Parts: sequence; C-alpha cells; structure tokens
Amino acid sequence: MDFTRRETLALGAGAAALTVLPASAFAATVDELIAEFTGGADVADGGVTLNAPEIAENGNTVPIEVAADGAASIMVLAAGNPTPPVATFHFGPLAGASRASTRIRLAGTQDVVAVAKMADGSFARTSKEVKVTIGGCGG
Amino acid sequence: MRYKALTAAAALAIAFPTLGAADPDANLIINGEIEMVTETAAPDHLKGHLRSIRSGWTFRTEETQALQMDDFDNPGMIFVDQGRDSWNAVEGDAGQSCASCHEEPESLRGLRASLPKWNEEKGKVYTAEMYINDCRTERMGAEAWGWDSQPMKNMTALIASVSRGMTVDVAIDGPVEDTWERGKEIYYTRYGQLELACANCHEDNYDNYIRADHLSQGQTNGFPVYRLKQANLVSQHNRFNGCIRDTRGVPYDVGSDDFVALQLYVASRGNGLSVEGPSVRN
Amino acid sequence: MAENVKPRVRVPRSASAGEVATIKTLISHKMESGQRKDSEGNTIPRSIINRFTCDFNGQNVIDVTMEPAISTNPYFEFEATIPETGEFTFTWYDDDGSVYEDVQSVEVS
Repeated sequence: MDFTRRETLALGAGAAALTVLPASAFAATVDELIAEFTGGADVADGGVTLNAPEIAENGNTVPIEVAADGAASIMVLAAGNPTPPVATFHFGPLAGASRASTRIRLAGTQDVVAVAKMADGSFARTSKEVKVTIGGCGG
Repeated sequence: MRYKALTAAAALAIAFPTLGAADPDANLIINGEIEMVTETAAPDHLKGHLRSIRSGWTFRTEETQALQMDDFDNPGMIFVDQGRDSWNAVEGDAGQSCASCHEEPESLRGLRASLPKWNEEKGKVYTAEMYINDCRTERMGAEAWGWDSQPMKNMTALIASVSRGMTVDVAIDGPVEDTWERGKEIYYTRYGQLELACANCHEDNYDNYIRADHLSQGQTNGFPVYRLKQANLVSQHNRFNGCIRDTRGVPYDVGSDDFVALQLYVASRGNGLSVEGPSVRN
Repeated sequence: MAENVKPRVRVPRSASAGEVATIKTLISHKMESGQRKDSEGNTIPRSIINRFTCDFNGQNVIDVTMEPAISTNPYFEFEATIPETGEFTFTWYDDDGSVYEDVQSVEVS
C-alpha cells in the first residue's frame, strides 16, 4: 500500500485526530495585529527564538519560550486560535534577558508567531508550527 | 482526506514511538534531589503478564516530562500549597485542624506508598480519601469532602507529595486478599460497547497509540495527577470512571467498593516504582 | 474575586550584586477564556488575569499583557537582574478588578 507521509502520519496519529486550522481565515487578523504592534514598520525574518513542541501533548497547556537579544518587547500570536493574541512581554530595566516562558492554549494545529521589538526600534519575527492532536481514550 | 482501506485493528497497530519524542533513557529527578524509579522489574504477582513496569512519566513527551522535574514548574504543586493551608485551618465542631493531631504533613511520610490498605477498625480497604473523611467527620466534627472535590484533591496531593521518592509497596495478601482478587477480576473484565478491559490497553498495548493517545501501563504511582487536559488534579477513581465511560460502558461509582478494589489492584501492579504524586500527565 | 487564587513563586533567597536569576511564577486561576459554553449552550463569560508584572525595589522587571490563550494556572519564567538587597513584588490583575500580590525578599551579600 502506498501512503504519502501525510496520510501515514494522519493514520498513525488517528484518522480524525489531527485538526488543522486553516490559517487563511485568520491570517488577515494576524497581519493586522502585527501592523498594530509595529506601526506598519518592516519586520525582518529571524533574530527571534521561539521554542515550542513539534507536537503538543495537549492543546490546553502547551509550553513555549520566546527570546530575542536586547528586545524591548515580544508579542506572541496563535494564528489559528479563535482570537490570535496570546501575550505580549514587555521587558523592564531590571530584566536579566529578553526571554520568557509560559504555557498557552492552542485550539488546533497552527502556527505560533513571535514578533520582537528590538532595542533600536526595528522589528523581527519568527513562527513555528505546533501540531495539536485530539482523540484517543485519555485525550 | 482520502484513506486507503485499512482495518481498525491494523490502524491501531501502527506504532509511532518517536511521535512526540519521549526519551526512554531519561531520568526523573525532582528539584535535582528526589530520584525516582520510573522503570523496574515487575512484581512477582505479574509473572507471565509483564516483565518490567514503567511509570506513566516515561510515556509522555519531553516537554511534559520537564514540567514535573521542578516544583516550581509543576502546576500540581499549587494545589499542594492549598492542601497545606487546609491542613492548618481549623474546621468543624471540635475546633481542630489536621495539624492539631498530625502536626506537620511530613509526619505522614510513607503513608502514600502503602495506600490503599487494610483498615482493621473498619474491616475494609481504605484509600486516602476515606481516611481523610473519617478524620473530618468522626474526629473534627466537620463535613465530609466529596471524593473529587477540590479540597479533597488538594489534600491527597499534599499527602502524596511528602512520600515522593519512596517505593510503592501495597500489601496484596492477608486481610486485603479478597479485595485484591476483586480488583484483579475487574482489571481483566471487558466492559462496554467497545468490550475493552483495562488489560487490553495497559497490558497488551502499552507504548502503542490508540488514535492520538500514547498508551501507558496505567500505573497509579503518580496520582493524584495534574492533567494538562483538565489543568487540574485528577484522582484514580475519576480516571477509572473516565476509562470505563470511554469503552461506552456504565462505570462503577467514584468512591465505590469496586473502584477501591480496582485501585488496590492497580496500585500493586506498580509495586517497585516511586511515589510521584502530584505528577504531570497529558 | 475569583476563588482559590494562590500564587507560588521561586525567587533565590540570596544573590550577589548584579546577579541574573531565573524567576518562576505560578498562580492558580481558571482563566475562563470566554470561548466555552455551559450545559445549556450559553457562553460562559470571559474572566481571566489580564496582566502580570514583576518589580524589584520599585523598578520593573517584566510586564506581561495576558490574553485568554494563556493556560489555566498561568505560569511565567523570566530573568531578573538583582542589583541590591530588596523585595520582588509580583502582581496579577484580574478582569474582575481583583489584584493578587506576592512579595519575596532577596538578600545581596
């Protein structure tokens, strides 16, 4: 039997278990939120670290970490959630590093986006796809 | 999505041990201090069934495992704190708190490792919940807590936490023997429309996936468990209830003799693992 | 005031001047997102902690704007510079107007 990787992954993880949320329906909102954060300025790719699991054990509590050297603030968005905003970290004068970890809710497989406002006023972003499975006896 | 024809059994049999990446060699050491035994030889009574036993911790993803390794990462510990407040609070007509008789929660170190166990005075097997309510109703003149109420879960989490690292060792013979046999019977009985026994998943198929769930051995050394799904503590009976409900059967009641028997039997399957409660699971 | 809200923070008891320490904070709070429905189909209204701040001796370490996507029992881990002996003040602001606070001292040798 010939399976594509996608089919094999879906079958292995449970036929109906992978919920993939269409980014398109919410992409406009994500762009708008980023534009609001940056005031319309250009956003460079990279320079922001976003650690998140490749597959979330449970969408209710997903550990993530964001960091950007010298950033004044970092905004986190969940592109596929009913409302994308997750948190914005503002680093004060006594912050030891522009880094923070937290746990978030993801409604389904989607991109998590982190946008950093750097010390010099420029902006940088990164994103990572987190797979969120549902289904199974315990889940 | 179109699927190639595949029987349900074959689909179930597709094992993806690397999906979500649990590290089988990882060690669980809490706060850099409390070393846990998360895998060991199965107890004698499991001869012919299991050669080795593994804590539920070993089946979870790296991220989930990490949550349990520090008491300030483990969300279950905020409930232990609340349990401690409860421990010191005076309640009931007798004007006493748990502390009035038991002093520090640490005085109960060792208890969780032996629960559930025979209560000679009451002539039956007792769980932590039952001891707690006996104290409340018979000695404190306070009202009983619901088995799955928040205060009860906080307290069982506190009691488990002071025994962390100790070896689970519940008695299976002597006065508990009948109860243990009943628990064993339930464990191997198929329930519900799906006709699944505990053993079908947790003994025959641990490490495989049922849909998106990575099956564990169903050990209870980590209870009460902070489940990421509920973002709260969960008791053994609550889990048993959920499992039988998921077979589309009618579960026994939380707090029932049948679930106490099952709790005793399942605890004994973990004899040799370390007490981890409150642990963190999916 | 939401029920049973209790903070739990890890702060070093002592540090050397200028040391950077990792701070961990947890607080028990439902973080009702406003997305859930009750058994009758009515939407359960949003009720979350919407802001978390950490200050040391009056200077800000971190200020977090929180949305409903932050999990129940919000957790934050971050770095703080400890310039001198003093107090960390952790503050959580609830939608319902409640303010929860925890204070921890650090001694600088």
